[in-house]
Amino acid sequence: MASLDTGALELGALDAISRLDSPMQRLDPRAKLLATTAFLVTVVSWGRYEIVGLLPLAAFPLFLCAAGRVPLGFVARKLLIAAPFVLVLGAFNPIFDTAPREIAAGIAIPGGWISYLSIVLRFALTVAAAIALVAVTGMNPVCSAAERLGAPRIFVAQLALLYRYLFVLAAQTQRMQRAAALRAPGRRRPSIALFGSLVGHLLLRTLDRAQRIHLAMRCRGFQGQMPLLRPMRFGLADAAFVACWVAFVAAVRFFDLPALLGRLALGSWG
Amino acid sequence: MHMADALISPFVGGAGWAASLGLVGYSARKIKIAADDASVPLMGVGAAFVFAAQMLNFAIPGTGSSGHLGGGLMLAALLGPHAAFLAMASILTVQALLFADGGLLALGCNVVNLGFFPCFIAYPLLFRPIAGSSPNRARLSAASMIAAIVGLQLGALAVVLETKLSGVTALPFGAFALLMQPIHLAIGAVEGLATAAVLLFVWQARPGILHAGDTGAFSKKLVAALLVAALVVSASAGWIASSRPDGLEWAIAKVTGEADLVAQAPDAGSSLAGVVGAALTLLLAGLVGLALRRRLAAKG
Repeated sequence: MASLDTGALELGALDAISRLDSPMQRLDPRAKLLATTAFLVTVVSWGRYEIVGLLPLAAFPLFLCAAGRVPLGFVARKLLIAAPFVLVLGAFNPIFDTAPREIAAGIAIPGGWISYLSIVLRFALTVAAAIALVAVTGMNPVCSAAERLGAPRIFVAQLALLYRYLFVLAAQTQRMQRAAALRAPGRRRPSIALFGSLVGHLLLRTLDRAQRIHLAMRCRGFQGQMPLLRPMRFGLADAAFVACWVAFVAAVRFFDLPALLGRLALGSWG
Repeated sequence: MHMADALISPFVGGAGWAASLGLVGYSARKIKIAADDASVPLMGVGAAFVFAAQMLNFAIPGTGSSGHLGGGLMLAALLGPHAAFLAMASILTVQALLFADGGLLALGCNVVNLGFFPCFIAYPLLFRPIAGSSPNRARLSAASMIAAIVGLQLGALAVVLETKLSGVTALPFGAFALLMQPIHLAIGAVEGLATAAVLLFVWQARPGILHAGDTGAFSKKLVAALLVAALVVSASAGWIASSRPDGLEWAIAKVTGEADLVAQAPDAGSSLAGVVGAALTLLLAGLVGLALRRRLAAKG
């Protein structure tokens, strides 16, 4: 995981985007969640050597970003941070899978390179879609949507709390880290004993904080559910959004759209 | 060791989701019966604590490198297995949504790998028996170390199995296992060291805090049943995966009556059309995006 201090700032940026007002942000979170799920299942359902079939699917994250005013550079940065695991694991494909595959008449390259490219493409598509979903929806509405779709209430409530206190505890940890560094100049990292005491203190403070939070929540009438600022209403636009994207990903999956388009462009229809 | 969407098949992703949804439901029910709603803020803030604690690195003795806390076992020792499992599930959800660690489809697998094994296997079957009802320094350290290592080994093995069953990478099972298990032996040892350090501190500062509730997450009968179920599922999944390369592809073929939807070796005309079409598709998507952006910008 990327260190949270840069991560926390980026989380703030995500929140800011989700509070913008555009048609994408106004859609019901459930609609966006359903469409994203259909998209993800379609992406991973392709065979391991698929590349061309995956390309039209880029329309979904691109559309979410464009219509929801999510800066593409922001998504790209997140992609880069998350990339290493998949890049390393996928890199074994060219090593183990050397059987040549024909990509065009007379041109064949080892199958491993094709499947590696396919993995990288899948990675970019799925991660970009997830980031775009949260960016145009916001974390708390995603949680409530999950609850409306059947996730246990206690789980959703504590997911929302986790998100809320992530920032608070991250700031507290940074202060502790700075204090420790100032008292131990010339030492890059704390020893394991000091680490135990640092994290232990953080934990004790966290537990006390949780107690205060609980009391405060009870005082404000908390009964196990987080209120929403934007009420959820699944309207015609939401239904149309889901229907269009499900139809699109199904069309991409069952028909070879790029080939059709290419044949159309080259004038060799039929 | 987060599984990524890019590496799984719909079949494996769906199985992971089914397993983790069942476990989340089971844990949520258990907590509702066991405690009042004070546990909700405790779990939520406890999960945020794990995130924050992961920012703190420590120097690993004898090496030049550094390590940090993973959190599953630590949470189980503090909150009990059910609450800890829900907290881990929410941590992994936030990581999938906000940090792009793993992905939405792989989330089910990740919850099983990083939540189920430490909370429901390593904690009740190893940590609690070794730590005992009146722990001391040595017992707490040994319990943290052993439970963390075993939990991570099981999680790593699950990653290997899920990757293999998905069949997206070409890594042979043996080679992948040989790569993953030793690495996670080291990671498990670091995790055990960190967990022991924090638990020892907490145990000395506030002894009553360590979870003293129910001794085990599951009855022995349930554990046995789960193990049998896991064996049956993995055996049948292996069989399905080997005879049908891709569950969904197979289903699609059945529905449409076509043997294979993916063109194996395209002829020259259609592959050129494919390349041109692919380029056009990207261009089109880019143009639509640009147009949308312009319109929104014009609107302000």
